[in-house]
Amino acid sequence: MSNPSRRMFAVGSLAVLLAACKGQGGAGPVKIGLVTALSGQSARSGEAITRGLTVAIDEINAAGGVLGGRKLELVRRDDESNPARGVTAARELIHREKVAVLFGGLDTPVARAIVPIASQAKVPFMVPWAAGTAITQNGTSPNFVFRVSAVDEEVDKAMVAYARETFAAKRPGLILLNNPWGESNEKGLKAALAAVGSPLAGAERFEPSDVDVTPQLGRLRAAGADALLLVGTVGPSAQVVRSLDRMGWSVPVVSHWGPAGGRFGELAGPNAGRVTFVQTYSFAGPVTPARDKVLAALMAKYPDIKSPADISPAVGVANAYDALRLTALAIDKAGSTDGDAVRKGFSAIDRYEGLIKTYERPFADGRHDALTQNDYVWARFEGDAIVPVRRG
Amino acid sequence: MDLLAPLLSGLALGSMYGLIALGFHITFSVCGALNFAQGTSAMLGAVLLFTLERTLGWPVLLAAPATIALCGLYGLLVEGLAVRPFLKRRSDAWLMATVALGLVTDNATLFLFGTEPRSLSSILTASSVSLGGASLGVYPLHLLIPVVGLAVAGALHWVSRKTLLGTAVLAVAQNRDAASLMGIPVSAMIAAAFAVSSALAGMAGALVAPLFTIQPDMGVVLGLKAFAVAILGGLKNPWGIMTAGVLFGVVEAASASALGSGYTQMLTFGLVILALALRPDGLLGRAEVRKV
Repeated sequence: MSNPSRRMFAVGSLAVLLAACKGQGGAGPVKIGLVTALSGQSARSGEAITRGLTVAIDEINAAGGVLGGRKLELVRRDDESNPARGVTAARELIHREKVAVLFGGLDTPVARAIVPIASQAKVPFMVPWAAGTAITQNGTSPNFVFRVSAVDEEVDKAMVAYARETFAAKRPGLILLNNPWGESNEKGLKAALAAVGSPLAGAERFEPSDVDVTPQLGRLRAAGADALLLVGTVGPSAQVVRSLDRMGWSVPVVSHWGPAGGRFGELAGPNAGRVTFVQTYSFAGPVTPARDKVLAALMAKYPDIKSPADISPAVGVANAYDALRLTALAIDKAGSTDGDAVRKGFSAIDRYEGLIKTYERPFADGRHDALTQNDYVWARFEGDAIVPVRRG
Repeated sequence: MDLLAPLLSGLALGSMYGLIALGFHITFSVCGALNFAQGTSAMLGAVLLFTLERTLGWPVLLAAPATIALCGLYGLLVEGLAVRPFLKRRSDAWLMATVALGLVTDNATLFLFGTEPRSLSSILTASSVSLGGASLGVYPLHLLIPVVGLAVAGALHWVSRKTLLGTAVLAVAQNRDAASLMGIPVSAMIAAAFAVSSALAGMAGALVAPLFTIQPDMGVVLGLKAFAVAILGGLKNPWGIMTAGVLFGVVEAASASALGSGYTQMLTFGLVILALALRPDGLLGRAEVRKV
């Protein structure tokens, strides 16, 4: 061991090895994790999120990546809409794959289960879909959770405002799916109605397996409801429409975004178009440079997309696209992939001309939701296509 | 008018429960075993009708009988795989085996049919029925289902009381070995009972397909309610079962109208327990003398 040249050689090779490792770490891709439903009832929506992220990542990589030349790479895992699987997948992506930012949460229960995991690991968690208010308002400090999507509390306010403005509703009735989502919106809708001093005709629940909602609707009609505020997934929402048809009750229906999650046009029958529901984005809306660019990229990459109407559900694509572009800006602002630095990077974003809107300081001053009720668009089904409704 | 529509609709759904439950009656009468996954057969009825009519474009008059026949074949499968091996050994394990086969079928359907809920339109659900200018609030299909249910119950009653087949069924039920010695093809009769029972559930599923959101897990609740109806009506009595089915559907609709949907299942199943406590052999059932 006293041979100096041998020692020099050992030190030298160690130095080279370290340099090689560091070099590889510096130029390697920045991993973006995605935990979402890729199988089961919501698989289509999980695929929409994937497509939005993929198009944004391709764009960013073609323009040179982030942090002065590092490419973004998407790593995704299936949560099967199951919180336990979501937690396992999130842990794996954070600790084994070392993702810089974790995307995920199609279902509110899954997103809420992932919040503590991401917060503890200090990895920013970006939600492009799940609307549960408590996901971003989660009581953690510092808060690592951000969202580019609708928020139940804001949707409830928007539904009440839309029903009052468009349909002059003076006494709306609530018809809600009997599950935690329906329950949280019942609170939000009642609060929103109370805030504007509007009376309530009643709040009725229905089961996911109900094929006849006429009893509940009959009670609302008897109570003098002049508009219905609907919260339900696609199948149950369709049963509400068909029950209304059978009763011959032509009351206006303002809905959360449930109908957009599937073949509502087929399920609800010829009168599917009577339901006006909230969306964050529609490709059939105003033509902007960002919309044309994303549309062209989607059509080039996915052969099944031949027109804007084939992008379904559009909110998944649009939310995920804008969320990823904002995330890339946050990483560049942070100057590294360190979780806490990226978290602060989100608050430092000044302006981004996105697909859904032009974001001005979207996450500054403790706000963790980039979209508010002023950003929502209203839409309805025309055949199998979702078309935006002009605000009346 | 607001109460009439829910009641008519309850009548239709109740008759559908009754039709599925009649399947329990048939196999129980012949061999004392049940296909606990009758709900799966009903789901298959809806899914197969959708596949034949919508996906393959068959006319409904061809698709509907084909659906019922395929469900009958599925019944033979249930009997061969999940019932016969256990009856042969005088074991009650068919109980679990039929549940398991139902779950396997549900999940296989999930793969083949997909998870997305679908819907089937029909000329019987194009517009609601009106009577003297006022809408009744139900489709023509709602009125057809009870008619079919009563016709099937009547036919079963006639077969069991007035035909040689009915006498043979009685013989098989009373003493399988003796019946076999008398030249009654016992195995074939048991297999046929499962085929007919599954076909009836498939018929119920196909009948209500235009009303329901068609998806592979739709049979679970249907099967459970149908079983409650079968027990309530008395497994040995087809009229009792149809009566119990209609009663169950109407009580369901009435309680949803009066109290809202949240209380419906508590109330209906609570009433099932109460009714069974008062009449353990079913609404129209007679106590059976069991000789030991």
